[in-house]
Amino acid sequence: MTDTSTMLATVQAVTAALKDKPGALLPILHGVQDALGYIPTDSVPVIAKALNLSRAEVHGVISFYHYFRETPPGKQTIQVCRAESCQAMGAKHLEAHVKAKLGIDFHETTADGEFSLEPVYCLGNCACSPALQIGTDIYGRVSPELFDELIANTEAAA
Amino acid sequence: MMKTLYVPCDSSAISLGADRVANAILREAEQRGIAIQLVRNGSRGLFWLEPLIEVATGQGRIAYGPVQAQDVASLFEADFLNGGDHALALGLTEELPYLKKQQRLTFARIGKTDPISLDDYLANDGYRGLNNALAMAQADIVKAVTDSGLRGRGGAAFPTGIKWNTVLNTASAQKYIICNADEGDSGTFSDRMVMEGDPFVLIEGMTIAGLAVGATQGYIYLRVEYPHAHKALTAAIDSAYQAGYLGDNILNSGKAFHLEVRLGAGAYVCGEETSLMESLEGKRGLVRFKPPLPAIKGLFGQPTVVNNVISLASVPIILDKGGDYYRDFGMGRSRGTLPIQLAGNLKHGGLVELAFGLTLRELLYDFGGGSASGRPIKAVQVGGPLGAYLPESQFDTPLDYESFAAIWAVVGHGGVVAFDDTADMAELARYSMEFCAIESCGKCTPCRIGSTRGMELMDEIIQGKDLAKNVPLLRSLCDTLLNGSLCALGGMTPYPVLSALNHFPQDFGVEA
Repeated sequence: MTDTSTMLATVQAVTAALKDKPGALLPILHGVQDALGYIPTDSVPVIAKALNLSRAEVHGVISFYHYFRETPPGKQTIQVCRAESCQAMGAKHLEAHVKAKLGIDFHETTADGEFSLEPVYCLGNCACSPALQIGTDIYGRVSPELFDELIANTEAAA
Repeated sequence: MMKTLYVPCDSSAISLGADRVANAILREAEQRGIAIQLVRNGSRGLFWLEPLIEVATGQGRIAYGPVQAQDVASLFEADFLNGGDHALALGLTEELPYLKKQQRLTFARIGKTDPISLDDYLANDGYRGLNNALAMAQADIVKAVTDSGLRGRGGAAFPTGIKWNTVLNTASAQKYIICNADEGDSGTFSDRMVMEGDPFVLIEGMTIAGLAVGATQGYIYLRVEYPHAHKALTAAIDSAYQAGYLGDNILNSGKAFHLEVRLGAGAYVCGEETSLMESLEGKRGLVRFKPPLPAIKGLFGQPTVVNNVISLASVPIILDKGGDYYRDFGMGRSRGTLPIQLAGNLKHGGLVELAFGLTLRELLYDFGGGSASGRPIKAVQVGGPLGAYLPESQFDTPLDYESFAAIWAVVGHGGVVAFDDTADMAELARYSMEFCAIESCGKCTPCRIGSTRGMELMDEIIQGKDLAKNVPLLRSLCDTLLNGSLCALGGMTPYPVLSALNHFPQDFGVEA
């Protein structure tokens, strides 16, 4: 866990580097999430002050976008595609398997902190459906068996 | 002589193991003491054959696929570096029927070149369009695009030249070019393939757009789900700056154009142009009222061209070969080519670039090879999650904007998603409402509330509750969404819902 002062120092550094870009808020939020894995609530006043916005405006932007998160994710985030092309190739079955295997629902993190599970609406891998992503690694034509194998490899590597 | 090999760096190829194959080839070559040059090219778009690797020979490039890491040793044994025979050998890449039957204009280089090599781009007709544009008057560049008949490939099909002309004729100290790279439609991946497989063509197209309308700043609004595209674009933009193709003085012409990639954050609605601009300005992606048009009052209140990736990537060839060359492809008022994406339950999913006019049936069976499951194809959704579901009786419709509009369907961004007969169309209609509820920006009431009510209604219909009341209510709700929504998200969600209901009433428990 990052302690509060280190966290705030990171937020301040990211904000200072990007605040003069036109429309700087999204680049700053990306920068914070890239560095910390999430956007801590404590960072909101820092960002708001630097951009001369209200805290409500910053919070409103964070909460509008599905990608930004305000809680720490697991070590790996698994994104399962729910969109039509993947549905045509068994995505619902895969989704049920993934949830059962990890013992969590979408937007949750496993108790051991290993995996967070998120839905995604298209990874652009539609000719190789169903698709999912583990961290930044994308996989196509994922069967429940392949998923189990991928997870076992991820755990072995950890 | 050192052998050259190609292993795609396209993210779909990677999703099937291309990185592992590339590493295995490098390892095996080193162990055998063979010097090779391994190029990471874009994908040819024949995804059932990915990872598809190619070897350069005197006869041309020979393809092998689908290759897995464990096949690599046997490929070396079979002397694949000299085109040796192997169970995975496919022959000359250019002769593969799926590829040979296509008309690749926008995708001319993709799969052939190293995407982030400027030298490769220049050696394969790159920047010829920009060179021509630099010698032309602004109005003549716009005229070439107007003459080509190019219409917005993002989905709305608005004539690109007319949009550019409005921006050109709106006086302002600062104008912008925005590339809408928020390709969120399920079943579409042509934007991704361009950005990963030939990023310079997009950069060139945007630079030409900037010269044409007098804009000095461009933004590529890229969805965060495309990390490989982000990497390729960033690398290509850096090289373009270094070589003087971007910056304050493009190729010593005294003209400036700057380009930056900005990442979205997982909001589907930000693919709508006004919502996209709000997002670029650092705000919630709420849809704006139109007018004012973005061409007059767009990003930061300035005149702005907002075009899709494929529209902008089609501009270089138009400026290279002329508007007439491009317009000679196609049918009716749909001119040029469309990169069609075959997805979902198809045996041969992939990218097919062709002049407008091919029928859905030819695409699904001649190219797609029928369903992947071997079961009959029941329905096809064309044009993303807001596109209509088409039954078998409509498979002879030619792919053309007007023909599709005539059957209350849309071509959209050219995504074709096939479903076999196990698909439950009522479940898919419910999903459309759910998707709209999740992705609604919340600004207009029909979309914000109607989508949730629609999902609840579909739940009751699926349970068979009070169909005599609920089905007409669903139609009435769709009418409100269709006519009362601010943008296409709420306004087009009725397309998949009502087309499913109209063409597959039995799935909703009602008589045809």
